[in-house]
Amino acid sequence: MIYKFNFRKDVQYIVVAAVVIFFAFVPLFGSTYTLTLSSTIMMYIVMSLSWSMFSGPTGYISLASGAFVGLGFYASGFLSSSLPLPMLMLVGGLVSFALAAIIGAVTLRLRGVYFTIFTFCLVELVKAVMTWYEIMIVRKRGLNVRNFGTDTAFYAMLVMVAITLIVVVVIKRSRFGMALTGIGESEDAASHIGIHTTRTKVFGFAISAFLMGTVGAVRATMLHHIDPGSSFNMMFSFLPVLMCVFGGMKTFLGPIIGAAVFAILQYNLITEMPQIYMIIFGAIMILAILFMPTGIVGVYERVINRIKKGKSKKGGTDDANA
Amino acid sequence: MPMLEATGISKAFGGLAAVSKVDISVNEGEILGLIGPNGAGKTTLFNLISGAIQMDSGTAVFEGKRISGMKPYQICRLGIGRSFQAAKNFDGMPVHQNVLMGALFGKKGQSAANASKIVDEVLDFVNLNELRDKMVHDIPLASQKRLEVARALATRPKLLLLDEMMAGLNPSEVGEAMELVTKIRDSGITIIMIEHVMKAIMKICDRIVVLHHGAKIAEGAPQEIAANKTVIEVYLGEC
Repeated sequence: MIYKFNFRKDVQYIVVAAVVIFFAFVPLFGSTYTLTLSSTIMMYIVMSLSWSMFSGPTGYISLASGAFVGLGFYASGFLSSSLPLPMLMLVGGLVSFALAAIIGAVTLRLRGVYFTIFTFCLVELVKAVMTWYEIMIVRKRGLNVRNFGTDTAFYAMLVMVAITLIVVVVIKRSRFGMALTGIGESEDAASHIGIHTTRTKVFGFAISAFLMGTVGAVRATMLHHIDPGSSFNMMFSFLPVLMCVFGGMKTFLGPIIGAAVFAILQYNLITEMPQIYMIIFGAIMILAILFMPTGIVGVYERVINRIKKGKSKKGGTDDANA
Repeated sequence: MPMLEATGISKAFGGLAAVSKVDISVNEGEILGLIGPNGAGKTTLFNLISGAIQMDSGTAVFEGKRISGMKPYQICRLGIGRSFQAAKNFDGMPVHQNVLMGALFGKKGQSAANASKIVDEVLDFVNLNELRDKMVHDIPLASQKRLEVARALATRPKLLLLDEMMAGLNPSEVGEAMELVTKIRDSGITIIMIEHVMKAIMKICDRIVVLHHGAKIAEGAPQEIAANKTVIEVYLGEC
């Protein structure tokens, strides 16, 4: 309908699809280290894409990602001895979806920073409940998780990246995606032109939570042992936000590039200089926010535009001389 | 039977009665003017009718259906469109997409093909066709206000609430806006408009309701209102 093929814009989808297909062959020649790193990158990509899918257009900044990833962790923790990996992912996703739908229905009536604060507290709340459960009820700290093998985890992450990409693109072009954007632009106007704003927000938030829950379930199988502290980790809440800011929030490629650069940076910093890793990381983040408010993709576009402008200017003077 | 009939509607913010026991009704095909000093409760009354805020007491009935208690999106789909005092457009979208949003979501199950047909019609109708690919912040204020109206029209309303669409416009733009309002009415849409531009209100309204401190103090034809002692005292001033 509204859609026309546009080479400059659509070539990015083709490139991303090609990269995903290329990744499918990595286990044939990659080392275990490469596979683990790639799995982490892919998990970050799913997290940042699904986060930006909801928070990008609506402007509702969620810090609840840690809760959804953590629920995925625990879905695997409770069920990995009896269920296959795809089922664990489904359960992790559905539990996250349900939690997001419930808290969304209550809190998405809150606007702006109040929503952010609530989601921030949600992670701590779920962690506290889980800790209480382990101390008071089962009297055992943490859970062991079955390992399905590095290759399996890798492919599971790859499948989730593919699914997330499809979901993001389909939503972006759908009526639902337009409704999300409308809410972000002006929620009052959106509700008065017939958009069911509450339902749209809750559903969008829950879909993004589902995707985070699934990768959480896979991640847990790579860790052998999980506990509330490592599962409901505030870092998982901040990561998607930082990665999107780093890569460029309102673009398709931004969250992907941000996540990849971030994961590689993190791995290298942790292994090369573990003592000052956080300091350097923080400094890079501050610099990124100060000097690249539109992210890596934004900087790239600025450079390209400048080169183009420079060329056309030059072309102009050449013509004048001739 | 009136198209919209609101009886005894009240709304208080804290201890302040923004709207108290107001009865207001509009007949099909009418242009009803809503005037009063700043803070009289005009916009609050719009917010109550369109469902943006819930009334404390009273009922509003639109075409035989009770709309008090409904959500804005439901009221919109029943056929009440509105514009906002401070233009609330979708600034990140081009003009035509703003209108498309109204067309797509205004009625349930609207097809995409139908929606883009409505966009063309409406942009033509309000004279924004030349600006259709511009971004909202690149077009002048008068056009932004027109776009508000266009987006509301795209939802195919039967009743349109216009909140100060002429505020901040120069005299010739006010003239164009008046033409547009009359044209909308002639196309079969009933209108309630809040306005401070007296020249416009007196000229195009069939009936006027005056609010003061949240209460209705007068109602009648433009000439009656212009001659009404109380209205002159609280709002119009001696001339």
